[in-house]
Amino acid sequence: MLSQHFPILLVALPLIAAPLIVLGRSGFLGWIASLAVTGAATLMAGALLAKTTAAGTISYAVGSWPPPWGIEYRVDAANALVALLVSAVALVAMPYARRSVSAEIGQDRQYLFYALLMLCLSGLLGMTLTGDAFNLFVFLEISSLSTYVLIALGRDRRALTAAYQYLILGTTGATLYVIGVGMLYLATGTLNLADMAARLPDVSDTRPGVAGLAFITAGIGLKFALFPLHAWLPGAYTYAPSVVSAFLAATATKVSAYVLMRLYFSVYGVDAVFRDMPLGPVLAVLSVAALFVASAAAIVQRDLKRLLAYSSVAQMGYITLGISLGSATGLAAAVAHLVNHGVTKGALFLLAGGIALRAGGTGLERVAGLGRTMPLTAFAFVVGGLSLIGIPGTAGFASKWALVSAAIGDGQWWVAAAVLLSSLLAVAYVWRFVECAYFRDPPQDAPAPGEAPADMTGPALALTAAVVAGGLLAAPVLEASARAAAALMGLAR
Amino acid sequence: MGLLGHFTYWATVFILMTGLYIVIARGNLVKKLVGLGIFQTSVYLLYVAPGKLIGGTAPIVGGAFSVYSNPLPHVLILTAIVVGVATLALGLALVVRIREAYGTVEEDELLEADAKDD
Repeated sequence: MLSQHFPILLVALPLIAAPLIVLGRSGFLGWIASLAVTGAATLMAGALLAKTTAAGTISYAVGSWPPPWGIEYRVDAANALVALLVSAVALVAMPYARRSVSAEIGQDRQYLFYALLMLCLSGLLGMTLTGDAFNLFVFLEISSLSTYVLIALGRDRRALTAAYQYLILGTTGATLYVIGVGMLYLATGTLNLADMAARLPDVSDTRPGVAGLAFITAGIGLKFALFPLHAWLPGAYTYAPSVVSAFLAATATKVSAYVLMRLYFSVYGVDAVFRDMPLGPVLAVLSVAALFVASAAAIVQRDLKRLLAYSSVAQMGYITLGISLGSATGLAAAVAHLVNHGVTKGALFLLAGGIALRAGGTGLERVAGLGRTMPLTAFAFVVGGLSLIGIPGTAGFASKWALVSAAIGDGQWWVAAAVLLSSLLAVAYVWRFVECAYFRDPPQDAPAPGEAPADMTGPALALTAAVVAGGLLAAPVLEASARAAAALMGLAR
Repeated sequence: MGLLGHFTYWATVFILMTGLYIVIARGNLVKKLVGLGIFQTSVYLLYVAPGKLIGGTAPIVGGAFSVYSNPLPHVLILTAIVVGVATLALGLALVVRIREAYGTVEEDELLEADAKDD
């Protein structure tokens, strides 16, 4: 049956599509192929999620080499959920991409854009689904290398320096990760994550075990912009083409955060990470610093995309804060925020892309008067902003509420206080947009009132609607996150 | 064994720190990439060296052989070398584009140019 091969097809399909798109040398064909691949990937990821919910973990032996000798793809409630997030966001971004890419990237290079996007998707899905530590590194590099090029395709010349900076920091992070994996391989003699989890308890308190955890934390932390390792993120998100900003903000950092969860909770286990080693307090302090410093930095930005980028650093802080609690409820809240924030930030960056197209830029001075010139976009942006703050009725509220309850349940009152206080800073940076869009006159050279084209506004509004749906009907995401947390914690022992 | 017995690890640490230092301390974008390459090279040594056993053979099952070297790290590092080459190539391509767009590859001059753009 074909469905048993879904785990490998999810990764292989975009990987095969990429060179075919290059051979096709046509932006339109590339777009059609990408649309088909992301559609198929979303269906397959949905099927996998349904299957893991009903029947538990799926183990797929690549090339029929049985694990732990061959590479194993191990799908459970956690990574099926992340895979669905990644492929669904890619699918929503595709109808948007056609016009946005035409406007931002030269005709002769558009097919390369779609090929790179497929490579990036393949890498992210591979990182999500693989059960092999070194295979994970290879997919990490596939997604990273394609990401660097995607960012460099931005129109502004600063996209080049942003891509270069990300290349240096991203490669450093990936190398630190692979050093950590090397330590673990030397200590356990295996690269299969499940096998490693079974063997690690004997060696997790030895020096290679401890050093491996430190290297992996720093390396993966760089990849998902754990404060203060976030220096690459604002430039990369600001100058990348609109579709790329939206896709990366919604997926790339989230997949890396998932990898950290997998290694902490499934491979090392809660006891080794949070009891034997003081990673809980370390992560908690860094997360709280991210909440306040990055949110404060977002307030003073003069560019909408840059503001959103700093907000992303802060929002990643909520995810790591949930991880740092080291409990099932905290982890479930982190997974829920991973999904909810991914959708929210995807929606906001798509809207920002529409603004860039119509208003000629995303500087706050271009945004002035947007409430009159692009009322629908401005309203949707405010809805997304409310989700960043965590106002009831939006997805951001559901996961922040889960995080606060988890913190209080663990007796960590100061964590709950930090979450609530930092939300006030989010109010301030969202207000910056509201103030510009609704209380200022449009600039002299503003275009005539009108929304961005429907094929761009449509996907952005669809994601915004998902943000509201995630707030009003929070239960499905919260339940899926609770199952994901149980799956993440269950593999270890 | 003592300190000398672990000399591959000392070499690894030295190469790693050298590479990382160059990445951080040098302002020239090409030199940074050189540092990055050296940094990555240390990982190759970290993996490959412990796979070798003195007197070990390839893992061939047979009566005459009892001590085996582990070939897996070599295979892994072949992959890592490919990744490293791809990264270096992409990095240099970006530097070429940066040079075309800014007319310089020195970090401080790039920052100056960017500050003017803002």
